[in-house]
Amino acid sequence: MSLVCQRCQQSKATVHITDTLPDKRELHLCEDCAEKEGVIIKQHHQSTNEILQQLIKHKTGLGASDDLACPNCGMTFREFQLKGQLGCSHDYEAFKKVLDQLIERAHEGATHHVGKVPAKADETVRRQAGLLRLRRELQEAIEQENYEHAARVRDQIQALESV
Amino acid sequence: MTIDELTGKTGEWLRGVGPMSDVVISSRIRLARNLADRPFLPTASATERTEIYRCLADTITSTSAGSDALLVDIEQTDTLDREVLVERHLVSRQHANSDGSRGVTISPNETRALMINEEDHLRIQALRSGLELDALWAEVNGVDDTLAEHLAFAFDRKFGYLTACPTNVGTGIRVSVMLHLPALKLTKEIERVARAARDMHLAVRGMHGEGTDAVGDLYQLSNQTTLGKTEEEIIGVFSETIVPKIVEYERTARDSLVEHSPYQLDDKIWRAYGVLVNARRISSEETQSLLSPIRMAIHMERFTSMSVAALNELLLHTQPAHLQKLHGKTLEGEQRDIVRAEYLRSRLAL
Repeated sequence: MSLVCQRCQQSKATVHITDTLPDKRELHLCEDCAEKEGVIIKQHHQSTNEILQQLIKHKTGLGASDDLACPNCGMTFREFQLKGQLGCSHDYEAFKKVLDQLIERAHEGATHHVGKVPAKADETVRRQAGLLRLRRELQEAIEQENYEHAARVRDQIQALESV
Repeated sequence: MTIDELTGKTGEWLRGVGPMSDVVISSRIRLARNLADRPFLPTASATERTEIYRCLADTITSTSAGSDALLVDIEQTDTLDREVLVERHLVSRQHANSDGSRGVTISPNETRALMINEEDHLRIQALRSGLELDALWAEVNGVDDTLAEHLAFAFDRKFGYLTACPTNVGTGIRVSVMLHLPALKLTKEIERVARAARDMHLAVRGMHGEGTDAVGDLYQLSNQTTLGKTEEEIIGVFSETIVPKIVEYERTARDSLVEHSPYQLDDKIWRAYGVLVNARRISSEETQSLLSPIRMAIHMERFTSMSVAALNELLLHTQPAHLQKLHGKTLEGEQRDIVRAEYLRSRLAL
């Protein structure tokens, strides 16, 4: 089915949006209008991103994964769909149920990395989670003007960083 | 070293030397990396972004990864200088035009450019003239190892190096080879290249990236997938399979032009020269298109009054930002076309 853009009434609609709040409505736009509406940021530099966008649309009717959000960076799957970029390394886990399939499709069926492994991989993986969490905690503590707690978290971060 | 000093030179990758350089203009490898303990850029605050920039810039410039490099803080760089870096293929257009803390470290001979805070925290790139993928891999791999002694990169047992866009996940490697294919274009066989590339799951695009026409018959070939293969396997497809094949197609097409339509070929070459040396105003796009048959003719020894290196210098120096830098002032489009024509006449007169 080929739809015409609802805004310019000329180009083919390639961006399809289903809003569920406040009322359910569907919107079909061409890329240019979607960009003007601020719905998407066009990726001018990388066709692979566009491939990904297409995969996302095919694989997950928008809306199906609306509830997914990363507990670490706060990015929702919907935001990822619009940007084509993830918010932090934890998103790979948070969006796993849809992302795994997308990655497999985007990489000719590959599911596992077989290339280079950094020399300090194990340590990396361990520290990664800890530092990400602590940095957010520090940010929150500062925002809440809880400076005592912030100082403690800062010390923990420094200890982990100096490992 | 400064951007002004760069402008007058041509980078190492435009020297017109190296294996298969009659068809392969340049090759490039880049690795995408992100710091393990930092959010990716779409969710990083301005402060975090600056911290990432400082951390990477400090580490690069204090190690062999870039102790002799020029560090360019792009946020503090004016538009014309940013454009110079884009024209020299040292940074992407996106990197030049986006916002926030970001930069690039450039090695003295311009074969190494590390972009900080582009799409990922770090893009380790190396580029050289001709088909030199093994040397490029040794270089970027070494830089990656050096930096990894001081920094922890986001890495996952299953998905490998984690990147902002899942299409780069795994190795984070992008191999690109820039090919000059005028004869395949003339003989209308360019579709063979597209087909061969598609069969190997590679992307073919114009010189200035995706969606652009192949101005000057320059095509960029790059891998689309980064997961499930080793870096060496991904590189091997280029250096052992597809590039030699395309180079062979192009050479055969050049031979066929000489054999079957030598007058047409020479007419094409000398008309191009005629316009370049006589035009009173000329766009950068037209310049690139006209330099294409001359480049081919130099390699075929049908045009002997210029070297490939000199032609590459013309190609670079006639692009808008370089032209203005060399002229010493900003020029509007129409004025640029006049200055470009003057420059070409002064350089090309036999």
